[in-house]
Amino acid sequence: MTQINFAYLNEQTKRMIRRALLKAVAIPGYQVPFASREMPMPYGWGTGGVQVTAAILTPDDTLKVIDQGADDTTNAVSIRKFFARTAGVATTTETQKATIIQTRHRVPEHPLTEGQILVYQVPIPEPLRFLEPRETETRTMHALEEYGVMHVKLYEDIATHGHIATSYAYPAKVASRYVFDPSPIPKFDNPKLNHCAALQLFGAGREKRIYAVPPFTQVISLDFEDHPFEVQRWDTPCAICGSGTGYLDEIITDDAGTRMFVCSDTDHCATQAALKAGPNAA
Amino acid sequence: MYVAVKGGEKAIDAAHEYLAEKRRGDAASPELSIAQIDGQLALAVDRVMAEGSLYDRELAALAIKQARGDLIEAIFLLRAHRTTLARFGTSLPLNMNAMRISRRISAAFKDIPGGQVLGPTFDYTHRLLDSSLLADQEPVRAASADVPLAASIPRVLELLGQEGLIEPAADDGQPAGDITEEPLDFPSTRDRRLQVLARGDEGFLLSLAYSTQRGYGRNHPFVGEIRFGCVPVSICPEELGFEIYIGEIEVTECEMINQFHGTADVPPQFTRGYGLVFGQLERKAMSMALVDRALRVAEFAEDQIGPAQDEEFVLSHCDNVQATGFVEHLKLPHYVDFQAELALLRTLRKERET
Amino acid sequence: MLLEVKGLNKRYEGQVACEDVSFDLWPGEVLAIVGESGSGKTSLLKCISTQLGFDSGTVHYKGADLGAMGEAAKRELMRTQWGFVHQDARDGLRMGVSAGANVGERLMAVGERHYGSIRQTAAEWMARVEIDPARMDESPRQFSGGMRQRLQIARNLVSRPQLIFMDEPTGGLDVSVQARLLDLLRGLVRDMGLAAIVVTHDLAVAKLLSSRIMVMQKGRVVEQGLTDQVLEDPQAAYSQLLVSSVLQV
Repeated sequence: MTQINFAYLNEQTKRMIRRALLKAVAIPGYQVPFASREMPMPYGWGTGGVQVTAAILTPDDTLKVIDQGADDTTNAVSIRKFFARTAGVATTTETQKATIIQTRHRVPEHPLTEGQILVYQVPIPEPLRFLEPRETETRTMHALEEYGVMHVKLYEDIATHGHIATSYAYPAKVASRYVFDPSPIPKFDNPKLNHCAALQLFGAGREKRIYAVPPFTQVISLDFEDHPFEVQRWDTPCAICGSGTGYLDEIITDDAGTRMFVCSDTDHCATQAALKAGPNAA
Repeated sequence: MYVAVKGGEKAIDAAHEYLAEKRRGDAASPELSIAQIDGQLALAVDRVMAEGSLYDRELAALAIKQARGDLIEAIFLLRAHRTTLARFGTSLPLNMNAMRISRRISAAFKDIPGGQVLGPTFDYTHRLLDSSLLADQEPVRAASADVPLAASIPRVLELLGQEGLIEPAADDGQPAGDITEEPLDFPSTRDRRLQVLARGDEGFLLSLAYSTQRGYGRNHPFVGEIRFGCVPVSICPEELGFEIYIGEIEVTECEMINQFHGTADVPPQFTRGYGLVFGQLERKAMSMALVDRALRVAEFAEDQIGPAQDEEFVLSHCDNVQATGFVEHLKLPHYVDFQAELALLRTLRKERET
Repeated sequence: MLLEVKGLNKRYEGQVACEDVSFDLWPGEVLAIVGESGSGKTSLLKCISTQLGFDSGTVHYKGADLGAMGEAAKRELMRTQWGFVHQDARDGLRMGVSAGANVGERLMAVGERHYGSIRQTAAEWMARVEIDPARMDESPRQFSGGMRQRLQIARNLVSRPQLIFMDEPTGGLDVSVQARLLDLLRGLVRDMGLAAIVVTHDLAVAKLLSSRIMVMQKGRVVEQGLTDQVLEDPQAAYSQLLVSSVLQV
């Protein structure tokens, strides 16, 4: 069998993806169709993100891959290995050292900076999909900015539950135009997308869509004036690092149901723990 | 003190090693060769090539071995490999009249010019387990027909076409689309639909085809002709400007004769459903033809009453590589989203109590 | 003039649906289009309300040519200045969401973002169409046919449209329910100064709601005029037949 190209994809494919990316950056939040390829990991396991990363990766990049905020979850390990093998790029677990961060379900806690690129893996790119299953209709709705039905859903949540009952993949409006799905990140992360210094790229492989939020672009989570958008909060800080600023995962520690809460962002947790221990701790 | 679980990387490596051991199976029994899979599980190889949309018997057999016989996994392996291949040309349309026929039947006419050619088929076998196959067999050498097949065998639907009784298989002159190069768009076109169906999941298409027969979008099918055999493949490189024969492939073609249709301008004539797949996959070719016809519902201003007639539904869900990926991705960690849902549910319950 | 239809033609697969239909509609005026099924009245309604394309002719709304209007502008009209009441309320309602959300949808579509005030407005409109506002969180599936129809009307009127299209609005309802609905509609149309086009096969509906009537047969307008005049003294043979068939009952 032939030798595999840098970052797996052949150059024709990368060019096709880069064109889609340029279009996506030019029209923030708009879902650009692209001829997604089969990748050596299953659809639904990050093929969109992997194709985007493969198309933008250069030999000088430093790559970080996280899943659920952690660098050592199985899928993150698998994707990081994939690029280490097919592209030979440097990898890191430190948010600040990475030039490209591919993520599933989280935005790192440490603020991203200019020049960094965050690549999201997206399962269902269409925020209207569960209100309107037909692609022909949802594309028209986007084209005509018909988003009333989105608020009908939020209205129903409040009428039924007293709250907007969307806790992740929370829809937002980009640059006052397109309503988009920020991927299944917890709504806790939504505010980080607004005016983010990094370029944010979203790849949905199975659904064959790419979209983007350029640096310093407005991203507003949908809400009502009298039921404003709110993020999750915890009563306790992280049980490991003591930080009270990050998103926490719940861990069940024994069969009596004892629980503890720890940072989902493993790099953030390690950094905070080191800070707390002080310079002499090492 | 709780310590977050590390070492995912090591666990993955160990899991892969265990998988390799299970793949090999009992070390005392001889290892399967690729040639054996190709030769003796030929229909599995056919299916993997068809749905993997790559005609390469050796790679398909390798994929089956690597996938431990899981055909969808093998299809996936072949598709992923396909992505790495550069495209250096497009073949000319296959000439089905040039097929070296191994099998050719029609259910619409008893006698057809060129004859009914049964070929290697399960159709008339009694499905009784054959215990003699438990032991190794002497190779069978099938007898040849007394009379060779005619050099050119006419197509049954063309015979109907001479009388104008069936819609012409018209070439609209438009270049065919390519679903592997451009994302599918809705409403789609028949050329693209057929491409999606050709590599769609056999089981899914079979069930959809079956549903049309049971009334969820009937289209009154008759098997006009099924033919299976080898067809030559040629390319015509632009810089050379002449045809080059590059080999031959085995395909199964199914032409269905369906519910007639007429308009003010065109007298009633039968309509067509078309199926074409790599290898000897009659069930798939027939299912494809039935679903193709079902999806022409708008063309003939028919009522859409069954799922098989719903283009977006069928085309968006018939690819098993996509389907298996998305269903199986539920195994990936969803801690973060689940935590978000847990917190929300607790809030709602707490507020209800107060 | 609110609406101006000129020389409208529509064919389906060679069959005539509307042929050379022309009429004007003034603000606050209610026009009934009557005829038996297959007369082309529903096709005409769909053509005028841009749900169906037509072959030739023009439709102007407030001077704007609907044929030349983009899809976005048309949809904008549909959810703000226009309303459409379907014969089957299920076609006009979102059956999967609450009554309140159904009424509030248009408000949200045009940018209303205060949950409390959306609910307040929805409650007022429910009361206005004689549905107990206490039921606003219920699904329309739990409503009777007459209630659903009234809910559909409230859902349309909440944006205070100027023109409302109605396709057999009382079709399929019991006679007593029909009477109550007609009464309600008549009051709303009058109080809001609504212009309306009502398609019906029922001359009693036309008589009660409309000031002007248009009789259609085989896609053509055979007679139009003031409702009272046409019903009392029909000129065209077909109108005479229609009127007499009702009188005989």
